[in-house]
Amino acid sequence: MENNKTAWERLAIVHTKGRPTIRDYIPLIFTNFYEMHGDRHYGDDHAVMGGIARLNGTPVTVIAQVKGRNLNENKECNFAMPLPEGYRKALRLAKQAEKFHRPVICFIDTPGAHAGMEAEERGQGEAIAKNIAEFMTLRTPIISIVLGEAGSGGALALGVCDELAMLENAQYSVVSPRGFASILWKDASREQEACNIMQVTAEDMVRLGVAETIIEEPLGGAHNDLDKISENIKEYLSLKIQEKCQKDIDELLKERYTKFRKIGEFQE
Amino acid sequence: MFNDFFNVVKLRFNGTADDEPAPLFKCPRCQNTSPLNRYEELHRVCPNCNYHGRLSATERIAITVDKDSFQELDADMISCDPINFPDYTEKQEELRESTGLKDAVITGTAYIRGIKTVIGVMDSRYMMASMGSVVGEKITRAFEYANENNLPVIMFTASGGARMQEGIVSLMQMAKTSGAIKLHNDAGGLYITVLTDPTTGGVTASFASLGDIIIAEPKILIGFAGRRVIESTMKQRLPEDFQLAEFMQEKGFVDMIVERKKLRSTLANLLSIHGYSEKEV
Repeated sequence: MENNKTAWERLAIVHTKGRPTIRDYIPLIFTNFYEMHGDRHYGDDHAVMGGIARLNGTPVTVIAQVKGRNLNENKECNFAMPLPEGYRKALRLAKQAEKFHRPVICFIDTPGAHAGMEAEERGQGEAIAKNIAEFMTLRTPIISIVLGEAGSGGALALGVCDELAMLENAQYSVVSPRGFASILWKDASREQEACNIMQVTAEDMVRLGVAETIIEEPLGGAHNDLDKISENIKEYLSLKIQEKCQKDIDELLKERYTKFRKIGEFQE
Repeated sequence: MFNDFFNVVKLRFNGTADDEPAPLFKCPRCQNTSPLNRYEELHRVCPNCNYHGRLSATERIAITVDKDSFQELDADMISCDPINFPDYTEKQEELRESTGLKDAVITGTAYIRGIKTVIGVMDSRYMMASMGSVVGEKITRAFEYANENNLPVIMFTASGGARMQEGIVSLMQMAKTSGAIKLHNDAGGLYITVLTDPTTGGVTASFASLGDIIIAEPKILIGFAGRRVIESTMKQRLPEDFQLAEFMQEKGFVDMIVERKKLRSTLANLLSIHGYSEKEV
């Protein structure tokens, strides 16, 4: 792994044109992928996709945020910023996975939940809150992987899991560095400075207890070798899914609760 | 709003000492003035337009629970500095000094018309009641305590969202609190949220939205993304009433809007209807 890069340099890699998205990974990691659409309440959000597939023959449910590979694709998927119905689709598919005893694999790749009038009107806050609460007690294993950016509650809505892995250059943050600079310093142009002090890298996540694993990227970034990065992700998933599926589900839920329960620093 | 304070002070100092005018309150919404003591008697509600001003956590507890029944939990918990954020420690020391608070939420047990409940109240004077480690931990413990003791929980929310100065650690408090609420919920416990001004960001996207019953005070702000963010990034003009309690009720996210003067009796009745009863104090 490359250890000498700043958070800002890693963010540049994540933003490199040609960085693989979930649409690139699915055919290389899974077989028999069937996409499922809609939240059954309002509509089908294109920033979140989901479906069922096989991983080494084992049935799994896949839920992912969708980044576009060009402007047209990004318009189609709203730059991976989900609407409430995207989160509700995710929850529907997670519940379906629970019913049929399939593990859930979430791929996180979003700058944040969509901020807009329609999102507010349809309950963006409620949709995210509901996912967080329901995923905490979902009676099937959940593994989440951050592919690129993971911003704010919009990422956490797919991030309550038994184990979180970060691709080597991926970042997880309370808000995008730009938003952070804008909120705290009223100056969005200080985003580089924000990015470097916010502690957002994969290593930071492991140290802070947010993530368990870092998945190595090919030299220079995932875009340099799609086959290799897909293989690394598949290898990780194969190992973890098998490990989590062997666990007693009540034990697993207890560990999932504890994973989040212990994050925080305070004195008394 | 912080404006309340400044308006009151300004009007006080404008009067001369000789005629000793009664201090006045100028409402930031309707702009009318009324005697300050009248505004205070109404627990900071404007007598002209029913504007509900912000209360401190202590004031809120005093007007909500039975006299002397509040027993605080985790009173001494203070935050560390998980991401070594510049000036965060100093800022908190100053705020602890000026507000008398340890962080942005007070939790404890209390009785409302004789019925025991766990209660949590956020205080917007402390870093806009943003959620960091202490807020997350205290709320989580409050739900765990309620769960162990078969008690209901009433949370008065107010928040600007996640506490930026704690980075990703603050985001994880959304998961921690929501997890504890889910366990309390699955065990059959009642959770009532009272949304107060303003309830936004990560708090809206976690414990504020998870109540069995969601109450809001009139005309308060409720939302996930801020109005300014939406207007600037989406180039959308937003309606006047956007994200007000009445708007959110119309959209289906608030059960009832209750005026401050009726909150205590409403809460007491809701607890009672759910089978929680008077116990010996």
